[in-house]
Amino acid sequence: MSIDIETAARVAKLARIKVEDDALPALAQEFSRILDFIEELNEVDVEGVEPMVSVEPMRLKRRVDGVTDGGMQDKILSNAPDAREGFFAVPKVVE
Amino acid sequence: MLDLTYETPKPKVIAGAKYDWELVIGMEVHAQVASQAKLFSGASTRFGAEPNSNVSFIDAAMPGMLPVINEYCIEQAVRTGLGLKAAINLKSAFDRKNYFYPDLPQGYQISQLYHPLVGEGEILVDMEPGIARLVRIERIHVEQDAGKSIHDMDPNMSFVDLNRTGVALMEIVSRPDIRGPEEAAAYVTKLRQILRYLGTCDGNMQNGNLRADVNVSVCRPGQYEKYQETQDFSHLGTRCEIKNMNSMRFIQMAIDYEAKRQIAILEAGGKVDQETRLYDPDKNETRSMRSKEEAHDYRYFPDPDLLPLEIEQAWVDDIKASLPELPDAKKARFVGDFGLSEYDASVLTAEVANAAYFEAVAGEAGDGKLSANWVINELFGRLKKEDHSIEDSPVSPSQLAGIIKLIKSDAISGKIAKDLFEIVYTEGGDPEKIVEERGMKQVTDTGAIEAAVDEIIAANPAQVEKAKANPKLAGWFVGQVMKATGGKANPKAVNELVAQKLAQA
Repeated sequence: MSIDIETAARVAKLARIKVEDDALPALAQEFSRILDFIEELNEVDVEGVEPMVSVEPMRLKRRVDGVTDGGMQDKILSNAPDAREGFFAVPKVVE
Repeated sequence: MLDLTYETPKPKVIAGAKYDWELVIGMEVHAQVASQAKLFSGASTRFGAEPNSNVSFIDAAMPGMLPVINEYCIEQAVRTGLGLKAAINLKSAFDRKNYFYPDLPQGYQISQLYHPLVGEGEILVDMEPGIARLVRIERIHVEQDAGKSIHDMDPNMSFVDLNRTGVALMEIVSRPDIRGPEEAAAYVTKLRQILRYLGTCDGNMQNGNLRADVNVSVCRPGQYEKYQETQDFSHLGTRCEIKNMNSMRFIQMAIDYEAKRQIAILEAGGKVDQETRLYDPDKNETRSMRSKEEAHDYRYFPDPDLLPLEIEQAWVDDIKASLPELPDAKKARFVGDFGLSEYDASVLTAEVANAAYFEAVAGEAGDGKLSANWVINELFGRLKKEDHSIEDSPVSPSQLAGIIKLIKSDAISGKIAKDLFEIVYTEGGDPEKIVEERGMKQVTDTGAIEAAVDEIIAANPAQVEKAKANPKLAGWFVGQVMKATGGKANPKAVNELVAQKLAQA
């Protein structure tokens, strides 16, 4: 399967990764190679086979409903480039 | 036995400039699970806290943090499913829905696209006594809520509060079985009622704990029936989704506006674009939220941080066994056991607390209908006047039952009972004692009433002559006797005696 430059640019945009125009052809080619490999895997007949989700049989770990975390506004905001009055401040986003 | 029979309502028809049109509506309701902690972290869900104080490193999406599921949230979603007579999937799984927005630090929402926890169910939506719409539920899945962006605190910046980020939501998805704005509001009302009965969501729409995305399309009469026969959506029109509605009134106004907008496009020969729209209550219009170019590509994939969720049938059975009596069953029982009208039963079962109050009164007073009248007309009326809820009622069920028992035993008249109610409401006390102490007892002693009747007849010979010619005027004498006895005479006894005495006079 071949990924064109336009698709590569779109995927980059959706992932919010900045890719310069001259880097796109190489990226598109890399994507294509990955997808070719996936296509190869797709040739294996897995009809009726349960997808394996872990090597060991494991049960999803659960937690009881209790408040055990939070109450650390300063720590949560400490990496924010801009924080005001307890909020993250970001460039205006309005739909 | 418990099923009340009902008829299906007629779909709403909107007359366009050229043709008649019908509405087809499906809803996605987001109901916040009533839990202490979030779906995948131990941070609190409490509303109204300091911004960013109910946030853990998991909610803030710090690198390396892993989600651990809150079992109670799953239990509540299962309970909700069972309450909607839905199939529970013992195996479900979580997926990532990827999108970029400042109030979603992970860059994805953990949701259940491919394998939801709850499958098909149903809700009977009551419109009026005897008329109801059965709306099919397609699925319920569990997912994370996003944070909150505030746009009006600064001219150039948006402020983000992550307190809501990661709170557990149940997304309850209906089939497009709703056929008008009123039905849509009634659907949300009924769903909210069931959730509140189950205790799985507090239903507080103002705080955003229950909000609806409304899918609206229009079609020509007859098309919807073709869809129902085949379940083929191509018979229906293109739908638009109105996002995030949290008021019953706005839901109806938005649907109305949106239907008319689509009809105008179609009648002008145009085509409705499938898109997400936002309702603006100030202007009463919907407008496009995202342009077509930016149509979301969510790139769903199974969340590698979470194993599939496997639950046991025995656990589901235990939850099922603990379900409370639900609104439909309670209403049917109130009609059957207490002889109430369907309307009264609906009013009394709207809230669990109201129903419990009524049952306590009726049980003690031994008269369902009379208790219903007093609870609905006197108590609810009085509470509403002061904007009190049933929980704040100054009159206990026992006190109200006491008043009703006094009416039933003919100790007081209906009119005096209202005065007594007012005293109990404002001053409190035991109704029976109050009646004794304040001499409010009805005079049933025919001797005393007779004396009063004789006196009034003797004093008003001209009225007697008139009443003889026109028996309707006997009412004047009854009034005079009631006045003379301070309203305490048994009206039935007075009526009888006045008629008898006038005939003899």
